[in-house]
Amino acid sequence: MREKSCMFMIKFFLSLPLLISIIKLSTTAILFYDSLAFHNKHFCTLAKRQMLSMSTNNLSYSDQGGTDSAVEVGQETTPTSSNAGAGFGLFSVDFKKNEDLKEMLESNKESLKLEAMKRVVGLIAKGKNASELFPAVVKNVASKNIELKKLVYVYLVRYAEEQQDLALLSISTFQRALKDPNQLIRASALRVLSSIRVPIIVPIMMLAIKEAASDMSPYVRKTSAHAIQKLYSLDQDQKELLIEVIEKLLKDKSTLVAGSVVMAFEEVCPDRIDLIHKNYRKLCNLLVDVEEWGQVVIISMLTRYARTQFTSPWKEDGVFDEHNERAFYESDEENTRNETEAKPYMMDPDHRLLLRNTKPLLQSRNTAVVMSVAQLYWHLAPKNEVSIVTKSLVRLLRSHREVQYIVLQNIATMSIQRKGMFEPYMKSFYVRSTDATHIKSLKLEILTSLANEANISTILREFQTYVKSQDKQFAAGTIQAIGRCATNISEVTDTCLNGLVLLLSNRDETVVAESVVVIRKLLQIQPTQHSDIIKHMAKLFDNITVPMARASILWLMGEYCERVPKIAPDVLRKMAKSFTSEEDIVKLQTVNLAAKLYLTNSKQTKLLTQYILNLGKYDQNYDIRDRTRFIRQLIVPNDNNGALSKYAHRILLAPKPAPVLESAYKDRDRYQLGTLSHTINTKASGYLELSDWPAVAPDKSVRNVEVIEPGKEWAPSLGKTGKSKPAKSSDDKFYSDSGEEEEEEEEEEGIRESSSEDGSGSSNSEESHVQKNSSQSSEESDKSSSQSEKSSSESDSEKKERKTKTPLQKKTVKPTAKDGDSDENGNVAKEANSSSAEESSSDSESDSDTHTDSDSGTEHKKKTKSKAKPKVEVKSTKEVSLLDLGDFTPAPVTQHKSPVLSPSLLGDLEGLSLSNVSSTIQLSGPVFVPEKSHDLLHHMTGKGLSAQYQFPRQPCLYQPTMVSVQISLTNTTDHPLEQIHIGDRSPTGLNIHCFNTIECLEPEASVTVFIGVDFNDSTQAANFQLCTKEDHFSVSIQPAIGELLLPITMTELDFRKEQGKLLGMNESSATITMAAENMTSQPISRLVATVANLGVVPSSQDNVHRFAGKTASSGAVVLVMVELRESSTALITINTEKSVMGSMLLRDLKLALA
Amino acid sequence: MINSLFLINPSGEIFLEKHWKSVVSRSVCDYFLEAKEKALEPEDVPPVIHTPHHYLISIYRDKLFFLSVIQTEVPPLFVIEFLHRIAEMIQDYFGECSETVVKDHMVMVYELLEEMLDNGFPLATESNVLKEMIRPPTILRSVVNTLTGTSNVGDTLPTGQLSTIPWRRAGVRYTNNEAYFDVVEEIDAILDQSGTTVFAEIQGVVEACVKLSGMPDLTLSFMNPCLLDDVSFHPCVRYKLWESERVLSFIPPDGNFTLMTYHVNAQNLVAIPVYVKQSISFFECGSDGRLDVTVGPKQTMGKTVEGVMVTVHLPKTILSINLTATQGSYTYDNGTKLLVWDIGKLNPQKLPNLRGSLSLQAGAPKPEENPSLNIDLKIQQLAISGLKVNRLDMFGEKYKPFKGVKYITKAGKFQVRT
Repeated sequence: MREKSCMFMIKFFLSLPLLISIIKLSTTAILFYDSLAFHNKHFCTLAKRQMLSMSTNNLSYSDQGGTDSAVEVGQETTPTSSNAGAGFGLFSVDFKKNEDLKEMLESNKESLKLEAMKRVVGLIAKGKNASELFPAVVKNVASKNIELKKLVYVYLVRYAEEQQDLALLSISTFQRALKDPNQLIRASALRVLSSIRVPIIVPIMMLAIKEAASDMSPYVRKTSAHAIQKLYSLDQDQKELLIEVIEKLLKDKSTLVAGSVVMAFEEVCPDRIDLIHKNYRKLCNLLVDVEEWGQVVIISMLTRYARTQFTSPWKEDGVFDEHNERAFYESDEENTRNETEAKPYMMDPDHRLLLRNTKPLLQSRNTAVVMSVAQLYWHLAPKNEVSIVTKSLVRLLRSHREVQYIVLQNIATMSIQRKGMFEPYMKSFYVRSTDATHIKSLKLEILTSLANEANISTILREFQTYVKSQDKQFAAGTIQAIGRCATNISEVTDTCLNGLVLLLSNRDETVVAESVVVIRKLLQIQPTQHSDIIKHMAKLFDNITVPMARASILWLMGEYCERVPKIAPDVLRKMAKSFTSEEDIVKLQTVNLAAKLYLTNSKQTKLLTQYILNLGKYDQNYDIRDRTRFIRQLIVPNDNNGALSKYAHRILLAPKPAPVLESAYKDRDRYQLGTLSHTINTKASGYLELSDWPAVAPDKSVRNVEVIEPGKEWAPSLGKTGKSKPAKSSDDKFYSDSGEEEEEEEEEEGIRESSSEDGSGSSNSEESHVQKNSSQSSEESDKSSSQSEKSSSESDSEKKERKTKTPLQKKTVKPTAKDGDSDENGNVAKEANSSSAEESSSDSESDSDTHTDSDSGTEHKKKTKSKAKPKVEVKSTKEVSLLDLGDFTPAPVTQHKSPVLSPSLLGDLEGLSLSNVSSTIQLSGPVFVPEKSHDLLHHMTGKGLSAQYQFPRQPCLYQPTMVSVQISLTNTTDHPLEQIHIGDRSPTGLNIHCFNTIECLEPEASVTVFIGVDFNDSTQAANFQLCTKEDHFSVSIQPAIGELLLPITMTELDFRKEQGKLLGMNESSATITMAAENMTSQPISRLVATVANLGVVPSSQDNVHRFAGKTASSGAVVLVMVELRESSTALITINTEKSVMGSMLLRDLKLALA
Repeated sequence: MINSLFLINPSGEIFLEKHWKSVVSRSVCDYFLEAKEKALEPEDVPPVIHTPHHYLISIYRDKLFFLSVIQTEVPPLFVIEFLHRIAEMIQDYFGECSETVVKDHMVMVYELLEEMLDNGFPLATESNVLKEMIRPPTILRSVVNTLTGTSNVGDTLPTGQLSTIPWRRAGVRYTNNEAYFDVVEEIDAILDQSGTTVFAEIQGVVEACVKLSGMPDLTLSFMNPCLLDDVSFHPCVRYKLWESERVLSFIPPDGNFTLMTYHVNAQNLVAIPVYVKQSISFFECGSDGRLDVTVGPKQTMGKTVEGVMVTVHLPKTILSINLTATQGSYTYDNGTKLLVWDIGKLNPQKLPNLRGSLSLQAGAPKPEENPSLNIDLKIQQLAISGLKVNRLDMFGEKYKPFKGVKYITKAGKFQVRT
C-alpha cells in the first residue's frame, strides 16, 4: 500500500511541468507520507514552491523556510509571477485569471479564503474549469471555518476524480474527522471521503463504512448506507464485504437508516432477496415513519419481494378480466381448476401486512410515494382492492405538468386492463385547451380506453370539441381516437364513420388526411358495409380540395371499385377532365384508379384509362411519367411483357391486410408501473424485472423474527425452536401426558363462543376482521408505551390472521417463533392478571377459532391444541423450552428510548419490539362501579320493550379491546316478546359482541345481558338495532370518556416513569377550585372514580393523588394526577398520548371535581 | 439515482450545473435542447428524454428548465418530485425562483444542492432542516456576516434531521404565538358554449402559517369532514387519527406549510360562481370578426366576486383587435395573441362587458374553433364547498395561541368553451 502510494506520488511529481526539483520534492513527499498524518501545510509549501518555481524559475529557493515564510514569500512574489506567467505558453489565460484566487486562498485571512472559495464554487457551478486550483484549495480542507470547509468539500468531490494523487493528500483529514465526537462531522467526513472517486482509497473507505455502520448515531449509519453505493460503483469487487454491511444495516431499527440501506441493497445486491426475509415485517411497520424518499425505494423493493414470496391473489376474483383465459382453459384443464377451487385462496398475513401498511401512504403529499403505492397495489393486491388507488392517482393529476405526464401514462396502461377503475373519473381526463400537447394526447388515449357502450356518446361529444381544436396535431389524434372507439364499440361504428366523413370537408389538411386514413382503416375492417360510405365520399369528392384527402378517396375507389361499379368510372371520368390541374399525389392515385378500373371494368373505362395514361406520359413530374409507363406496361397486354400482365390483377388488387387500431399502451404493463422503463417503453439500464407469482409460496417462516429486545432473559430460547420439528413432536408428547381435561375445556369454550358468534351474522367475516385488525394495530402503533394487554391483543390478531390460511399452510404455521413469542407475551400479561387470565386467553382462542368454522373438526381440534399448549406448558415440566416461563420474573423492564424521539412517535416503532412492555402495569378491578344506568330504549318507543344499560367496568370477556356493557331488558307488555337480538349496527365497522338471542321474554320479566363494544377509543356512539321478532328499534350507546378506560395498578415510581414519557403534547392540565370538603383523599378518589374507570395509585404525598388506567381499545396509558394546592385549588394533570381523550377526560374531571 | 442537474434558461443557456456522481459532460443537454427547439411551447418539451447513454428528466417551472441526468432505472416521479422540491427550496430561500436569483446566490444554491442530495439520493429536503444547516439570507445577516466573518452555515446537526419529526426544529420561540389557517378552494370547471357545466370539481388546500413556541400538538377539526372525499397530508399529520376520528392532529412545522389538500365529494354539486355570456364570431366573407363577452355573478352565496380576469388565446390568424371594456381594462399582446381582460370586482347591477371587432389577416381562412376563455376569480371569506373549520385545540404547551381561519375561493382551471 505504501509503496503504491509512493509510486503515485512520484508519478504526480513527474507530471509537474517543471522537473527540476523532482528528486528533492519526491523524497520529501515520501517522508510526508511516512509520517502518516502528512500535514496539509507541508503540502502547501510544496505547491507554493512549485508555483513559484514555475513562475520565476527561481531554483535556488530552498525548502528550509517553513510553512509560514513560504506563504509570505508566496504573497510577496505573486506580482512578479503574474508578469512572468504570461511568458508561459503552456499556461494560458485561465491560469492567469485564477491567479488572484490562488492568492486569496493562500492568504491568512479566513474571510479572503472564504471569498475565494465562493468564487471557485461559482466557477464550478457555471461549469468552468477550476481544476488547476486544486493544490491551493485542498490545503484548506482542515479549516476550522465550517463554511469554508464545506466549500472545499464541494470542490474536492468535484475534482478528486481528475486529480487523484492530489486528492490523496486530504484523506488523513477525513480519517481524523471520522473519529470526531460530533456526529455531524463524522457523517460529513464519511460523506466526502466516500464521494472521492479515487480507487486507491477503497480499503480506507471500506474500513470507514464498516465502522460507521455500527456508529451510535443513526445519522452516521445513514451516511454509511449511502457510502456503500458509492464504494460499490467505484469498486465492484467489494461486493461481498459490502453485502455484509448491508445485512447489518438492514437490521437497523432507525427509520432514518431504513430508506438509505434499502437503496444500497437495490443498487448492490437486489437479487439477495434472502436478506429481506427477517426484516420484512419491520420494514412494513416502519414504512409510515420513513422519510418520503426512502418510502419510494422501500415500497418498490417490497413489491419485488412480495412477488417472489406470496402466491397470486388474482385467481379467485379474476372473473371479469380473465374470462378469456378461463374460456380457453376450461375445456382441457377442468380438473386442475376444480382442484384449485377446492383450495380457496387465503392471503398470507405478511402479504396483507404490506398492503395494509402502505395504504395510508396514498395520502402522502409526495407524488412519487403515491405512485409507488399505486403500483404496489396494482401488482400485488387482489383485483377487487386495486381500485382504492384510483382516487389518489386522479388527485395527482392536479399536480405539475410533468407529474401529470407520468401519472397519465400509468393510468393509460392501467385503464386498458381495468376500465372500471377509472371510468367514474372519466371527466377528470377531459382535455383543456391549456394542456401541453403530450398531456392532451395521453388524456385522449385514456378516454379512448375508457369508452364503452354506456359512455361512448358522452365521449364522442367531447371528442367533437377536440376535433375543432386549433392544435391540429391533437385534432388528428382525436380522429384516430374516434377510429379506435369505432372499432371497439360496434354500436357506434356507423356514427363514427359518418362523423368522420363530415370531417372530410375540413379545411385543415392534417384533419382531412387523418380522417380519410381512419375511414380507410375502418372500411378495411368492415369490408361488407362500406359501399354507402364510399358513395358518400364520392359525392363529397367534388367539394374536397385537400390533395391528400382526394388522393385517399381515389385510392379507396380503386381498392373497392367492384363494390361501387357505377360510381368509380364516373369519378375517373371527372378526374380525367381535371387531371392536368391536380396535385401530384392526386395524379398518382388517379393513375392507380385507372389501372384498377381497367382491370375490373375495362369495357367502360378503357378509353378513359388510355387518355389518363397519355396525359401522365407527358406530365412534368417524372414520378408520374414513370408510374404511367409502368402501369401501361403492366395492364395493357402487348407482345413483350405478356408474362407480367398475367399477374396484373393479382398485383394491383391484392387483398390488403386491415390495419390494427390499438392502443400504444397495450403491452406497456410488461414493465413495472411507475418505473422509468415503463415511461420510455424500453428496458432502462438497471431495471429489475418483476417476477411472476410463484405457484407455491416459499417457506413463510423465514420472515419470523426472534425478538431481541429488553427482557431478553427468555428470548433466545424462543427464536430458533419455532420452525424446527422437534418442537412439534414434543407437542404431541406433551399432550399425551398433560391433562386432557384442560384441552376439552378449551374446545368446549371455543364451540360455545363460535355458536354465539354465529348469531352475530356475517359481520365477523374475513373482511371486517381484517379491517378491525388494521384499525387496531394502527391504534397500537400510536402509543408511546405499550402494555402487556396490548401485546396480547396483538398476538390475538396475529393468531387470527394466521388461522386464515389454507390447510396446507396451517401445518407449517404451528408454533413458529413469532407465534410462540407473542403467545408468551400475551400469557405473561394474563398470568399476571390474576382476575381474568384464563378467560381472556381462552377467549381469544375461541374467538379466532370462530373464523375457521369452515375447517374440518379435526383441524379445529388441532389448532385448539396448538393454542392451548403454551399455557399448559407452564404448568407442566420444563422439558419444552419454547415457552419456559418458570424463571420469568415480571421485573420492571426499562424502556429503551432515544431522547430525540418524541414519545408519540416512538410508539410507531413499536411494531418491532413486542416486548417493549412494561410489565409493572397490571389490570386491576374497578374501584367503583357507578350505579347509574342509562336509558337505551324507553318502553314507549320500544313498544313495551325497555332497555337500560350501564357500564359494569369489568374487563370485557369477549375481547380485551372491548368495553363491556350491561343491558337490562324488561318486558312491560302483557305478551311475551320473542327473539330479542341485536341487528344492524352503524358504523358498520364497529365491532360489537352481541348477546345470545333471547328466545322469549315473559311479560313483566326482565333479563340482564352483557355485550362488548369496541369503541375504538372514541366517544362516538355505538348505534345498533335492538330487534324483537316483530320490530326493530334503533338504539345507541353513548359512552362517557371515562368508561372507555380500564383501571391499572402501578407503583408510584412507575407512574412517574410513565408520566415522564408522556410529557409535552401528551399532557393536558387545568387548575380548578374545589369545595373544601372534597379536599381529602377519599372524596377525590370517589369523584375521580365516578368520572372514569381508573385505578388508584398509592401515593406517598398527601396532597397528590394519582390514578392510572388504560384505554380499552388500544391500551394507551392514561395517567391522572390531582395535586391539591392552597386556597382550595387543585391542579389536574392528565398524561396520555391519546390527546383528544385526554382533553375530554380533563373536561369531565373538571366538572366533577369543581 | 440523480446523477447531475443542469439549470437551463428559456434561451437554452446552461447557467448552473451540479454533479453528485461522476461528472457528466454538459453536451448531454444537446438532446434536450434539440427537443426544446422542436417544441412549440416550453411546456411541450417531453419530461422524459431517452438518449443513448442517459435519461434526461426535466421540469419546466418559473421559466426555467431543471434538467436532471439519470443513468439507471429510477421512478421518474421520484426525480420530478425532487426537481420541484429544488425549485420550491429556491423559492423558499430567496423569495422567488428565477434565473437572476439563482445567479445572484449561486454559491448558496450550490451549497443547498450539496446538502439535498448525497450520491444522487435525497438527504435533506425538509426546509426546516436545510434552514438550520444553511441559513437563508437576510439583509441583517449579510451585514453581520461581512462585519464579523461569521457564515451562514450551521455547524451542528439539525435537530430535525435526527428525529422522526424532521419537519420541526427544536427550541422555537415566539413572543406572539399565532396559528393561521387559510382554507383555499379552487374550482376546476369546463363550461360549454351554452353555459352548462361539462365538468366541475373543487380542490381545496389548507395552508397554514404556524408560529408557535415549543412543541405544540395541534388538533384541527372540521364541522363537516364528510365533505372531503380525497385528502393528502403534510407528513406531520397523523393518518390514523384522521382515519378514525376525522380530525387533523399534528405537530406543525415552523412557519408556512401546506397542511392538507383535499378534493370535495363528487356527489356535491359544484356551485359555479359566475356565468359568462359570450359570442365570438368570424364572418364567412371578409376578414372580420366580433367578440362580445359579458361576465355576471351566478351562485356567489351572497359574497362579492373579485379579481375577475378573462384570458383568451386568440387564433393565430388574428391581425388586430379593437375592443372596448365597460369595466376594467384589457391588454393584448399581438405576438402571443394573448388577450387579458382584467375586470376586478363584479358589480351585479352593472355587468362588465367587453366587445368590439377582430380583424383577421387578409386572406386567412375563418378560424374553425373559437378560442376558449379562461376565467380567474376570487371570493373572500367563502369556501365554496361549505367546508368549515370547527375548532383548533392545542396541547403540549401552556400558552394561549392566537388562532385564525380564513376562507378563499378561487378559480382553478376554469374554462369556458366557445
